[in-house]
Amino acid sequence: MLSIKNLHARIEDKEILKGLNLEVKAGEVHAIMGPNGAGKSSLASVLSGRPNFEVTAGSVTLDGKNLLEFSPEDRAREGVFLAFQYPIEIPGVSNINFLRTAMNEIRNYKGLPPFTAKEFLQLSKEKQKLVEFDAKLISRSLNEGFSGGEKKRNEIFQLAMLDPKLAVLDETDSGLDIDALRIVSRGVNKLRNKDNAFILITHYQRLLDYIVPDFVHVLSDGKIVKTGDKNLALELEEKGYDWLKEDVTI
Amino acid sequence: MSKRILKMITIKQLETPLYDRIAAKFEIADMRGSNEKITALRKKAYSIFNEMGFPSIKNEEWKSTNILPFLKEDYEWEIIEQEISKDEFDSTAKLIAKHLEAIQNSLKGEQKGAYRIVNINGRINKDLSVFPDATQLKILTFEDAVDLPSFQKYFGEIATLKNNAFAALNTALFTDGLFLEVPKGIKIDKPVHIVNVFLSESNLWIQPRHLIVVQPNAQLEIIETVIADETENAIFVNGVTEVVLAENAHFHHYDLQTGRKGMRFVQRIEASQLKHSNYSNYTFTLPGTDFVRNNLNIHLDAEDLESHMYGLYLSAGTQLIDNHSEVHHKKPRGESNQLYKGVLLDKSRAVFNGKIFVYEDAQKTNAFQQSNNILFSDKATVNAKPQLEIFADDVKCSHGTTIGQLDKEALFYLQSRGIGVESARNMMVNAFAFDVTQKVANPALRVYLEKLITAEMAKA
Repeated sequence: MLSIKNLHARIEDKEILKGLNLEVKAGEVHAIMGPNGAGKSSLASVLSGRPNFEVTAGSVTLDGKNLLEFSPEDRAREGVFLAFQYPIEIPGVSNINFLRTAMNEIRNYKGLPPFTAKEFLQLSKEKQKLVEFDAKLISRSLNEGFSGGEKKRNEIFQLAMLDPKLAVLDETDSGLDIDALRIVSRGVNKLRNKDNAFILITHYQRLLDYIVPDFVHVLSDGKIVKTGDKNLALELEEKGYDWLKEDVTI
Repeated sequence: MSKRILKMITIKQLETPLYDRIAAKFEIADMRGSNEKITALRKKAYSIFNEMGFPSIKNEEWKSTNILPFLKEDYEWEIIEQEISKDEFDSTAKLIAKHLEAIQNSLKGEQKGAYRIVNINGRINKDLSVFPDATQLKILTFEDAVDLPSFQKYFGEIATLKNNAFAALNTALFTDGLFLEVPKGIKIDKPVHIVNVFLSESNLWIQPRHLIVVQPNAQLEIIETVIADETENAIFVNGVTEVVLAENAHFHHYDLQTGRKGMRFVQRIEASQLKHSNYSNYTFTLPGTDFVRNNLNIHLDAEDLESHMYGLYLSAGTQLIDNHSEVHHKKPRGESNQLYKGVLLDKSRAVFNGKIFVYEDAQKTNAFQQSNNILFSDKATVNAKPQLEIFADDVKCSHGTTIGQLDKEALFYLQSRGIGVESARNMMVNAFAFDVTQKVANPALRVYLEKLITAEMAKA
């Protein structure tokens, strides 16, 4: 589904991604770990089309389409979803209005009719239940007054509603207590199926106890330097990233 | 009282400056009736205007706003007609129907309706209006109100003429006006919709004047809207509205300022409040007109009062929107709250000057002011200046002004969910305006306002 080849990217003259390669197939869950400053969040930014990030070489294709040519909204409409590390509060934009507008624009792009208010409400209730998201929070302004945990869970709720092909979760576990972590993980696990794929960007192995990945990659200094299965994460937990630096020729 | 038709004077700018023309008009104008008080007031106002002339940018209150380019046209002064022609009547009625339809189409659910006062070029037209019962609201021309006690008590007493050339000019040369009075204890069951229609076959100078008195324990809601013709003739509207709120009176005053190219507005609303009263003014200024200058002055003349000023302006093209306001806290325990928000598109300009005066006796005053502005383009400008003069020592006063751009991070967040740039910007402008639009208690008006904002943003 997703094919990243030799991706080089920079922000403000600083090169962040230095030849990153990654293949993600439908039905897979990939974890990306690595030390601070390695480029993990930058990868998420480049995939979602955040401005200020400039791709200088390489390619990113989603089901054969050149993702880099699409605007951020078109990438979303093609099926890419980024769960932000720091979700933004937008007072005055209601959660409901925001989601319905987003979903209808995506459906419009795909040539589908927009949801009626009734259909939307029904879907919303269903997904709220699925990811255990508090109904009270829906009626408020986007993320306004939400705790850190509630914001992250709102990201997962949006994920459930928008049903993307490729979901990139950028340090979704940061700032979550154990209970919130469990709820988020349960939600993600319920949403996994053979047609979609997940990229989990995380510092800590803990999340991967709950959302078990098919592949674990280590991103260091702008490249993926090692790939393994879930056991790699356990090894990293034990030995730290420096172990890798010894092991790998940079 | 005999009615005589004022001579129509075409002012040719080429020969002598505009205010010399005005002098000529004053000399030969027919001073209506025998009301000595009004005649004396006009004379006084005229001498003030004559001395000042129109303000230039050397005048502190106009330093960011150059009015002179808008005074160049050869304006025809207001013509008093006995009645408008049938054709004009019909076409105006159609315009109004279309206008009301546009507002009503944004209604959801129950509609309570509204009373309607139609002014054509500043003069009331009873046939197109829908008045409430006179026991609920007195609606009279000044000519017909001149003997009423509250008219005599308040007319000309509220508006400050000193240093205010436009107010002085209006006072000297207004032709007739609208007097509204809500009797004691009456809470009018529906809002009063004042439809201000402007029609012109040439460049026109109009001076509407209102006096609104809300008696003790009474409540009033007024919504003012504008309908303009479809020409591009210059119309300069120099309006003055005096407002009096007696004890425990409540007045919600909505002013929806729309219009077309060629229209210029200078509007003074000056209010005097007595104990326990609440005056809430909501001024919404949208693109279309060339120039709007609002002077909103509130005098808290007694203790324990509330005043609210909400403003939202969306400027586009080369428009200039200038909001000047003054709040005078003269007695203890007054509460005033001002929230003005602006979105500036293209090369438009906005000016905000909010003054708060807290007099020596006004202990325990709470006065708050906030002005937030978003510049949508590099070429838009805003001059914002809060001004606080505080002479009492036990008060809470604050002011805050921001000028910025749309939060790019928020914009990206919306885009990352599949929302296109246009829709995203629109959502954010509405979100920005939300603080102000949510204060509009009338649901139909709020929906209509949001629709107007959306429509304007779509053009951007």
